[in-house]
Parts: sequence; C-alpha cells; structure tokens
Amino acid sequence: MDAVPSIKAFELPLSVKSNDPVNGEYRRLVLAAPQDLLARCRAGQFFHLLCPQAGGETPYLRRPMSIYGFYPDQGELHFLYKVTGAGTRALATLALGDKLNVLGPLGEPFTIADDWQNLVLVARGVGLATLAPLALEANRLGRKLTAICSARHPDYLMSTDYFASLGADVITLTDAEGTSDLGNLEQVIEGLVAAGRADAFYTCGSNRMLRLLQTIGERHGIPGQIALEQQMACGIGMCHCCVRPFNRGDRQVHLRVCREGPVFDMMEAIAW
Amino acid sequence: MVDLSVDIGGLKLKNPIMPASGTFSEDLAEVFDLDRLGAHVTKTITRGWRDGNPTPRVCEVNGSMLNSIGIPSKGVGAFLEKVVPFYAHYETPLVVSISGNTADEFATLCSEVSVPGVAAIEVNISCPNIEEDGKAFAIRPSSTHDVMRKLRAATDLPLWAKLTPNTGETSEVARAAEEGGADALVVANTILSMAIDINTRRPKLGNLMGGLSGPSLKPIALRMAYQCARATNIPVIGCGGISTIEDVIEYLIAGASAVQVGTATFIHPTAMISLIDGLEDWLAGQGLSSVRELVGSVIDGEQDEAVVFMEAAP
Repeated sequence: MDAVPSIKAFELPLSVKSNDPVNGEYRRLVLAAPQDLLARCRAGQFFHLLCPQAGGETPYLRRPMSIYGFYPDQGELHFLYKVTGAGTRALATLALGDKLNVLGPLGEPFTIADDWQNLVLVARGVGLATLAPLALEANRLGRKLTAICSARHPDYLMSTDYFASLGADVITLTDAEGTSDLGNLEQVIEGLVAAGRADAFYTCGSNRMLRLLQTIGERHGIPGQIALEQQMACGIGMCHCCVRPFNRGDRQVHLRVCREGPVFDMMEAIAW
Repeated sequence: MVDLSVDIGGLKLKNPIMPASGTFSEDLAEVFDLDRLGAHVTKTITRGWRDGNPTPRVCEVNGSMLNSIGIPSKGVGAFLEKVVPFYAHYETPLVVSISGNTADEFATLCSEVSVPGVAAIEVNISCPNIEEDGKAFAIRPSSTHDVMRKLRAATDLPLWAKLTPNTGETSEVARAAEEGGADALVVANTILSMAIDINTRRPKLGNLMGGLSGPSLKPIALRMAYQCARATNIPVIGCGGISTIEDVIEYLIAGASAVQVGTATFIHPTAMISLIDGLEDWLAGQGLSSVRELVGSVIDGEQDEAVVFMEAAP
C-alpha cells in the first residue's frame, strides 16, 4: 500500500437526452455525460442510479445498471432496462431534460486477453445490454466476434443490428422459433469450437447458459468471463451486501459483485 | 471561522462527522478525500474468519433499508496487515470496530487491535445478527457491564461502546457501559426488523430478520441518544438515520457530541462531506463560534415526568 487511492467514481446529475421504448419490453435511456467520465468507462462496468421518486414510486436505494453504451465523442451514456419494479418504473418516467443522479463507473470490466482472437458472446434478453459494449471493444481491438443472441420472440431480440454493424457474426435463437433450447445452443457452440472460432466465452445472467458454457469450456479448455448480478446497497464495496460464492482452488470464497465483479471468471462462478 | 472540533473521551476530532461502522471502507477513498472526515470507523471485525449471512443481505422498505450482513471478517491478522497500514496515510484518527461471541474472545481481540495507528476502539456489543435471535451483550445492563469490564482491562485506548435499540433498558445499559469503563457511547446500532415478500411469502432477507437503518430509525436512535446523554457523564456519538444537516443538528441539540453517518452514504457517497460543509455554514448562520455550544442545548426542563413515563413504556 504505497499511496492514497485516486478518485475513480463520480456522483453526478446527468441530463436525460431520451428515454424511449426499444420494443414491447425494454427501454433505452440516453444521458448527456461529460467526456472525462465517459473516457473512464469500460465494457462490463456499471453505474449506480438514484432512481427518481416519481410516478408514485419511492425507490430508496440506488439501482445498479450495467452500461449499455458509452460514446465520448457524442457525450452520451446509454442504459437498456426492462421495467420490473419501483426503481425501473420510476426511471421510465424520466423525460428530456430531467436530471438523473448517477454514481460510477463502478466495478471490474470485461478483459480480452491478447491470445483471445475469436470471441463468442452468449446472452439472452436484457443480458445483451451488458455485453453490447464488449462488442465495441472487440471491434476496436480487431477481434472476431460471434454473438449468439437468445430471446423469447424475434421481436424481443435486441442489439443484433448493433452487433452486426460492428462486424460480428450474429446467430439468433428464439423460443418462438423453437431454436433456443439448450441442446440446440450446445450444437451451435460446438460448431464454433470445431471451426476454431471460440477462444473465449462471454456471458451473463442465465444459470442454464452458465452451466452449459462451463461444461463446454471444461471439455475444450476454453476460458470465459461472466457478468453477474446481486442485490446491492452501496455499490462501492463497503457494505458487503452483494456477495456471491465462487470456487477458487479447492475452496469456496465470497466475492462482492460490485467490487471484485460484476465480471468474474466463468469457470469460478457457481450456478444458482 | 467556526470551530467544528470536538473532544470524544480524550480523542480530539477536527469535526463531529464520521462514518458508522459497516458503511465505510478503504473503497470510499475512490470517491472523496477521506481526510475530510472527523474520524474513520472500520467495519466490525472478529478475531477469526467469518463468511457472514446468506443472501439476500439487503432489502429496502419505505424510505429505509434492512440488512443482515452477518459481520463477514477476514480476521484480525489480515486486518492488522492490510487495513491499519492503509489508514496510516491519513491524519484523521482511526477507530477500529470489533466484536466477539464471548466476553473473553472480545477482550483478546481488543488487546490485539491496540496497536500504533489505532486511536480508539469501538466495541460493537450490539450487533443484532451475531448471536441467535438477535441477542447481544448490550440488551441487558449486567452483560454490558461484564463485557465492558473485560474490554477495559484489555486496552489503554479510548473505548466507545456501541449500544443497541433492541433493549427496554436504554439508560441502565448506558450507565452499565460507563461504569464498566466506556469512554464514549455510540447510540445506536440498527433495530431488529423484518420484511416479507407477499407473493412468495418468504422473508426478504436470507437471514429472515435484519437491522433497520435509514431515516425511519432516526426518531428511535435520537430518543436513545438523548436518554444516554442524560443518564451518563461520557460523550454520546449519535447514530441512526442521519442524512440531512437538520438531522445532525437535532442529534447535537439532544446531547450528542458527534454523529455517525451510515445508510445516507449508500444513497449519496459524499453525504458526509456535504454534512461537514453544511454544519459549518449553519453554525456560522446562527452566529455560533463552536459546534460545542450546540451540544446538549435541548430545552427540556419541564418534561421530567413525561420522560420517566415514556421510559417505562414498552
């Protein structure tokens, strides 16, 4: 411990540029953000949002939300969310020009090792939001990316155009088309492995996908990273509310999703 | 120029604003300059390794929160090796919060953390989670007195006893802590509470019950701070639901010499900085030259009978 840590997280009121539905279930919130804040953001990190007391809702604690996009040139910070509770219902009331108090960027980002040339991203639903900035980073580093996007219905597939615009191969699987079952997903991934197009996996959110990717990862010695969630209070690391268990060596350890995560080694993660 | 400094049982603080244990850590140094604070109060540690409670460890209730963290601790070795040296970079005094399952284990830890770099020890004799059914030393005067005597014998550093609202004998426990050797009282910890999800019919906390903190707790903890200040001759540090400058002033008027801020930091990480600045402005606006002029200035002379009656009420 050599010195006092530098300031890395900022609490700022940001102006809403837009807050519109992207389909029947999800909304995209675009905030105007200072360039130096955006320059600190990394794929996989999150902000802790102080949702407004609005629309009859009285959310108290901040709500962690992964960064959907950060664009220093445009001065924009994007979030993708599904309205599920008091916090997100209050968020949905935000209109152009309203202020939203954000704290961040927080947490450990995704990393892309030098020898991971072919990345495979596997996500479902809102999990695609968390992985979207990873596609941008992969593109920036010139890595090949395959994005396997799963949803209940083709109408709820998100970010697929975005992934494609960044040069990713997009594979869509939906419940409605009967293509999203685990058996089919395994075949798709095994096909990528056989073709030498899977040096590392990135995923988030789904227990079933985690188990499958761990099995395939173990089978072929392919590493991966997973972004995880947990109820949080402080978002910075003080309170130890948001721990999850992980396998490390021959024992189980509890790590804070806000601090040691939200991105973790996929093989150390424990399905829940 | 307003003098914000206070004296807490021989320890001089440059201002009366400090974090509540469990809501502060080295991590906050990435948000603001920790040297602005009156004191640094660590998360409670135990002698050995503790995993803490099952998740969910937190839930929100209207305008406040419940937690059942369960004092996860890396043990005293890791604490002395990593945490104490971290705070040596700061001028602000370090207050170490400790807890133990037995009075003897508690005292041993108290002795072990009495090292250079530690300015005072906050003894968490009140955490509602550490023993079954939320029982804690500070629920009763006798167990409070016994554990404080052993802790007093274990260190020469100032001892701050953190009391619990989960008692019907606030004044008696406060006096027992003073007689047992406490140099100051921290009033108070969280109050044992519960919340149930009506759809799943499951308690919202993995530990079933947990401690309430935030604005809902304030009137209860303020009442206790007032009672403790009247019942003893040692400084009281108010703690419970403080989020605004008015809250700070209210505690000081009630008799607290300093305050701890906890849950408010989760909502606004820089809350304590705002409160320090706000306190200075408020005192200046009132034409007061020292924060100490405010302490215990409550006008309550005619209320003795009501106070006695309320203390007897459940």
